[in-house]
Amino acid sequence: MNKRPLVTIDGNEAAAYVAYKTNEVIAIYPITPSSNMGEWADQWAAEGKPNIWGTVPLVKEMQSEGGAAGAIHGALQAGALACTFTASQGLLLMIPNMYKIAGELTSTVFHIAARAIAAQGLSIYGDHSDVMSTRATGWAMLFSNSVQEVMDFALIAQAATLESRVPFIHAFDGFRTSHEEMKIEELLDDDIRAMIPDELVAEHRRRALSPDHPFIRGTAQNPDVYFQGRETVNPFYQKVPSIVQQAMDKFAGLTGRQYNLFDYVGAPDADRVMVVMGSAAEAAHETIDYLNAHGYKVGLVKVRLYRPFSAQHFIAALPPTVKVIAALDRCKEPGSAGEPLYQDVITAVMEAYAAGTAPFTQLPKIIGGRYGLASKEFTPAMVKGVFDEMAKPQPKNHFTVGIIDDVTYTSIDYDPEFNIEPDDVVRALFYGLGADGTVGANKNSIKIIGEQTPYYAQGYYFYDSKKSGTLTLSNLRFGPRPIRSPYLIQKANFIGVHQFGFVEKYDVLEKAAEGATLLLNSLYGPDEVWDHLPRRMQQQIIDKKIKFYVIDAYSVARETGMGNRINTTMQACFFAISGVLPRDEAIAQIKEYIRKTYGRRGEAVVQKNFAAVDAALDHLYEVKVPAQVTSTIEMTPPVVAGAPAFVQEVTAAIIANQGNLLPVSKIPVDGTYPSGTTRWEKRNIALEVPVWEPNLCIQCGKCVLACPHAVIRGKVYDAAELAKAPPTFKSTDAKFKELPGKKYTIQVSVEDCTGCALCVEVCPAKDKSAAGRKAINMAPQLPLRESERVNWDFFLSLPEPPRYNGIKYTTVKNIQLLEPLFEFSGACAGCGETPYVKLATQLFGDRMMVANATGCSSIYGGNLPTTPWAYNKEGRGPAWSNSLFEDNAEFGLGFRLAIDKQNQYARELVARLRDAVGPELADAILNADQTDEAGINAQRARVAALKAKLAELDSARPEVRDLLSVADMLVKRSVWIMGGDGWAYDIGYGGLDHVLASGADVNVLVLDTEVYSNTGGQASKATPLGAVARFAAGGKPSFKKDLGGMVMSYGNVYVATVAMGANDAQTVRAFIEAESYPGPSLIIAYSHCINHGIDMAKGMQQHKLAVESGYWPLYRYDPRLKAEGKNPFQLDSGAPKIALKDYAYTENRYRMLMQSNPAAAEALMAEAQKIVQERWAQLEKMAKG
Amino acid sequence: MDLTTTYMGMKLAHPIVPAASPLSKNLDSIKRLVDAGAPAIVMYSLFEEQINAEGLILDHYLNYGSYSSPEAMTYFPDLKNYNIGPDDYLELIRKASERAGVPIIGSLNGVSTGGWISYAKKIEEAGAAGLELNIYYIATDIARDGNEIEQMYLDVVRDVKKSVSIPVAVKVGPFFSATANMMRKLADAGADALVLFNRFYQPDIDPETLEVVPQHILSTSTDLLVSLRWVAILYGRVPVDFAVTNGVHSTTDVLKSMMAGAKVAMVASELLQHGMGRIRELANDLQRWMEEHEYESVRQMQGSMSQINVAQPAAFERANYMKSLESWRPDPTGVKL
Repeated sequence: MNKRPLVTIDGNEAAAYVAYKTNEVIAIYPITPSSNMGEWADQWAAEGKPNIWGTVPLVKEMQSEGGAAGAIHGALQAGALACTFTASQGLLLMIPNMYKIAGELTSTVFHIAARAIAAQGLSIYGDHSDVMSTRATGWAMLFSNSVQEVMDFALIAQAATLESRVPFIHAFDGFRTSHEEMKIEELLDDDIRAMIPDELVAEHRRRALSPDHPFIRGTAQNPDVYFQGRETVNPFYQKVPSIVQQAMDKFAGLTGRQYNLFDYVGAPDADRVMVVMGSAAEAAHETIDYLNAHGYKVGLVKVRLYRPFSAQHFIAALPPTVKVIAALDRCKEPGSAGEPLYQDVITAVMEAYAAGTAPFTQLPKIIGGRYGLASKEFTPAMVKGVFDEMAKPQPKNHFTVGIIDDVTYTSIDYDPEFNIEPDDVVRALFYGLGADGTVGANKNSIKIIGEQTPYYAQGYYFYDSKKSGTLTLSNLRFGPRPIRSPYLIQKANFIGVHQFGFVEKYDVLEKAAEGATLLLNSLYGPDEVWDHLPRRMQQQIIDKKIKFYVIDAYSVARETGMGNRINTTMQACFFAISGVLPRDEAIAQIKEYIRKTYGRRGEAVVQKNFAAVDAALDHLYEVKVPAQVTSTIEMTPPVVAGAPAFVQEVTAAIIANQGNLLPVSKIPVDGTYPSGTTRWEKRNIALEVPVWEPNLCIQCGKCVLACPHAVIRGKVYDAAELAKAPPTFKSTDAKFKELPGKKYTIQVSVEDCTGCALCVEVCPAKDKSAAGRKAINMAPQLPLRESERVNWDFFLSLPEPPRYNGIKYTTVKNIQLLEPLFEFSGACAGCGETPYVKLATQLFGDRMMVANATGCSSIYGGNLPTTPWAYNKEGRGPAWSNSLFEDNAEFGLGFRLAIDKQNQYARELVARLRDAVGPELADAILNADQTDEAGINAQRARVAALKAKLAELDSARPEVRDLLSVADMLVKRSVWIMGGDGWAYDIGYGGLDHVLASGADVNVLVLDTEVYSNTGGQASKATPLGAVARFAAGGKPSFKKDLGGMVMSYGNVYVATVAMGANDAQTVRAFIEAESYPGPSLIIAYSHCINHGIDMAKGMQQHKLAVESGYWPLYRYDPRLKAEGKNPFQLDSGAPKIALKDYAYTENRYRMLMQSNPAAAEALMAEAQKIVQERWAQLEKMAKG
Repeated sequence: MDLTTTYMGMKLAHPIVPAASPLSKNLDSIKRLVDAGAPAIVMYSLFEEQINAEGLILDHYLNYGSYSSPEAMTYFPDLKNYNIGPDDYLELIRKASERAGVPIIGSLNGVSTGGWISYAKKIEEAGAAGLELNIYYIATDIARDGNEIEQMYLDVVRDVKKSVSIPVAVKVGPFFSATANMMRKLADAGADALVLFNRFYQPDIDPETLEVVPQHILSTSTDLLVSLRWVAILYGRVPVDFAVTNGVHSTTDVLKSMMAGAKVAMVASELLQHGMGRIRELANDLQRWMEEHEYESVRQMQGSMSQINVAQPAAFERANYMKSLESWRPDPTGVKL
């Protein structure tokens, strides 16, 4: 047999590797953190990679996880070897099919990157809540604890399911094992074949539905036989443990790696035993080894096969000396007698004890605890904390570890300083910025060391929650022994700080070990850098005796054509000073990996990177560390002064990476958080910011409209206000005919700006003497920061213009004066979605209720620590919530139903209390015209008067109390249902269709980026023909679904397609019309996106090209026009002016297919062009009526 | 009637050759050119700069914004192959050389010495019968003088000639201080043919949008005159073959080119505008005209109107200008010049 290669891969790739090799049909759907498994399968299929039988599996993306499970159920019933991958809510959507698949005794493995479930808040991070929710389905469950185990158990599960006929969940920890890169041994096809006998495959096929030997499966059963039917499967479940053990034994014979259903590690005479599964078992394993070498007698049972739970094997794994057992669950079941593993352990021990089969004579104490929810760290310190707790006379039961619970006091203490990481392991921690390439370079470093040296290597990457200016933390370990440390580095002996700005924002040396090496990317050289460090950092460098190096990596990157990508330069420096490899060898290896990684992208790319490596070491300097702290620079506070108490106390801690220290009492009990918190966090991430030129400005408002982050605003105000203006505040005469004699200012919040430059792109005003200069131009942020901060504050203090009486907010120019109530989101710089969201809040924000589908918009809209949905000076603003991905339309309809019902009830009560509150007021309320802002405002005043009046009335009267609680519903509310195309076209389409058909007065905004943007660009039914996307690596073979066309067929839904960069006036018109339409409205908004492979600063230009090519026709369908005897369909864009390819090939998503498969690209483009023309002809016909 | 001509040692059925253009972008189109009567084909240009740019742009967008979100580490699948590099071009030359049945002349536009040489070799290895070096450099750098730039041109020709054994034509623009001398130097550097002249894309200004916009205007017969003059001047003095390109649209244009001294007249705009069928039409018209005017062969007329063979050689020099002046009449509106 060939030698098995050592590869450095993550858990997702390891699982996908085996799943792909052992299946014929794979259904996929994106969900974090499992998406990569589907992506690998799709990519391998596109590359024509065969499975072990020499055929390429059929990989099919579905519209939801429910769809994937259904398709797999069907494929299995038709006899295919089929599988899928998922996590979290996705697994929950599969549950109905899982019952069926198990009930029908069908062999399959679902690979699960186990993840938390959305409860008080969504979390993409790992725990076992999802898998535990499927316990009742009848699936076997096998847990992998490390990347090697993922590959091994994927195969063992596949073998065992074919043998046992019981379907398997193969689970591993999401966002730990799924994303942890480890050096592992890759299984050979021969290994896999040896584990999967062809006879079992044939039997699986023989059980399939076939018209050649027909039978039926899936009958409906009555009380007479259903129960017995459920019991028929018992023998199959009874055999599973022995089948799995046999598979494990066979596997051991092949590979030498022996696994057991329950693996015990630790002292044979341990008095305390921990029971745990998943990656935590690895942390426990290494801690137990350490503790037992230091006088402890403790042990660990690693649970491999969790379902069926073999009590017999579990009891056999326990040492007879055990006195205390702690079962640790990575999930929470509120209200239960205990979490699942704890309950299983109790049952097993008690049953064995009662039956007299237990190895111990005295019943051990059994305690249960929760740890690690949503990837909360589980460290050796916590493991030791649990063992120390177990040693107490009365150990705490139902404890938590890793948090401070000061409410119900469940948490146990541990010493966070306890650290067992050995000195011969290199522990390197890198602080990088999302876009600077740090993570990519570290991934290469891991591969270099893992694959080119005898060292074991581990890489794990942490990101903050913003999509622009993201902090990345790369944790790299290299050592002579296999690494069992599934937690972030506790004490680093190398710290790379790849952005100088971080030194004032984060405590970058917090985790530096004594004598550690610090590499800082600094524009200040070795002689001057010391004076630019904060005081605290200087002190740490001296106290911890840190070896300190600097490099000006940005200069190197610029000089070598690398732009802002400092990755290879920093990587070369790391190898040069860390001593992991001899310097010359390291450089040679880096270059080899550069060729490996970038070679396909052309020689110029390779050479550019080589140049950056070569130049790196010439710019690397050691800093002579002074003996004294000299700095007066303090760390930047995480939030600005004047922030509310909650923000100061809670939000600020999260921003400063100290959220782990927040006790339970500080966290809201029900997921309710204050609005508008982004305004308190000044991220200062832009190197360049827009600067306004009043003399050139034509006051059109386009920059304000386009700004994705609401950092550019316009105001008109009285000249007298300028008396208090700061010295550099700019102002000019206002050119608004409705507001004569006033002053005008465009102000930029430079501290919130992301520097995307979209505003410069859309600015139409050019200097007549130097056409390259516009009314908005980019300039370095730093010199402007202080003055513009003051100017911004002054600008905010200027009064807002009246929202009604005198000025109509129906034009782009006038709308710039409306306060946005969605500001400074964490969206990508230059985001194409947020300008639409912001526009909606400018127009309707003070009365909006927003139902937001999960996706990009729910992340930049609702991911802690700070959130952008804001409120105005009256305290009004959008009320926002995210339910799920699949149910958003229904969720929003629920808002409408509640509003409508309570509005009706309030009106009934007003009528009933007419005399009490005053007939005049009551009639005015009941007959109010709220079709415009003036009307709404008048109604608000009436309702305020009503409430005042009610307060005077007898509060014992039920009508009075009730009316007080529902009176606000008498004022018009605007319900908005927002989400991306993944929701609207795919997973939520059924619900969306139903809601639109309901006739309810809701406004649906589809932010159409044409892919699942948030999960990295998987194809949706909105993805255009011929574009490359994840799950469509060979180019999307079908045309974009015509959602607008489908919905228009209802006849009573307002439908508009918009593209702000092509026609902003039409966009505004569509928003206003949609909102005013007293029925369902749908706006489909072209949203340029980083997933398109475009220069985001030119995003709005893509809108224009899309419309000019006829790809994205602009239209409005207004059912109200029918009543006026007019054609309800209005085409707002002209006939195609340019060829589709002249638009498409300006985007990487299309171009890369042209590069990888020109013949396919040409054929798809020709087909797409044809469809564009046909559709245009059809729309023209509709417009003619 | 003998329409044949010899260009860089290649015997061609007639002198009307498709110049480098998008018409040679794929094998199907090349076959159609041959079917339309092309006696040889100059391939579209392999642009080293474009190859580099495509790689760099692809790399940029595959990296752009990557590793900024835990849910979206990158935004595109990194595909197995991107065809960045000359492989497709070389494969096309290989297939065309095997199947077209006429000489295939590769065309190369490099930016680095290494690029010129390695791509030239690869084009030769792919089976091209000849190579056209498309050298142009917009001399915008106020620090670089003409000598330096001219030397750069000559170095390219010399280096490429050293590395390949197929004939090499050099296509340049007309903007040299001493054009005739420069052409001789190119010949001395080893050029087997001079292709006069390169047609540059010129930037234009849009006064409405205040943008600089590229202008892709096809040639007209008027453009021919510059090439015609210089071929006529150089014929018999610089010992290389000449090709006239830029402005060949009609049979008359072909005749003029031959008479000035060209071995071939290269057409592109005419074919793009009016179809490949124009090659045969032009060849047939050429034959008809020669019959009418009792010419025996194309060879007979080649160089017949070159400067060394005309009655008034000065017509190609200053006298030509004087003659123009003589034919000038004051503007009737009386506008002062």
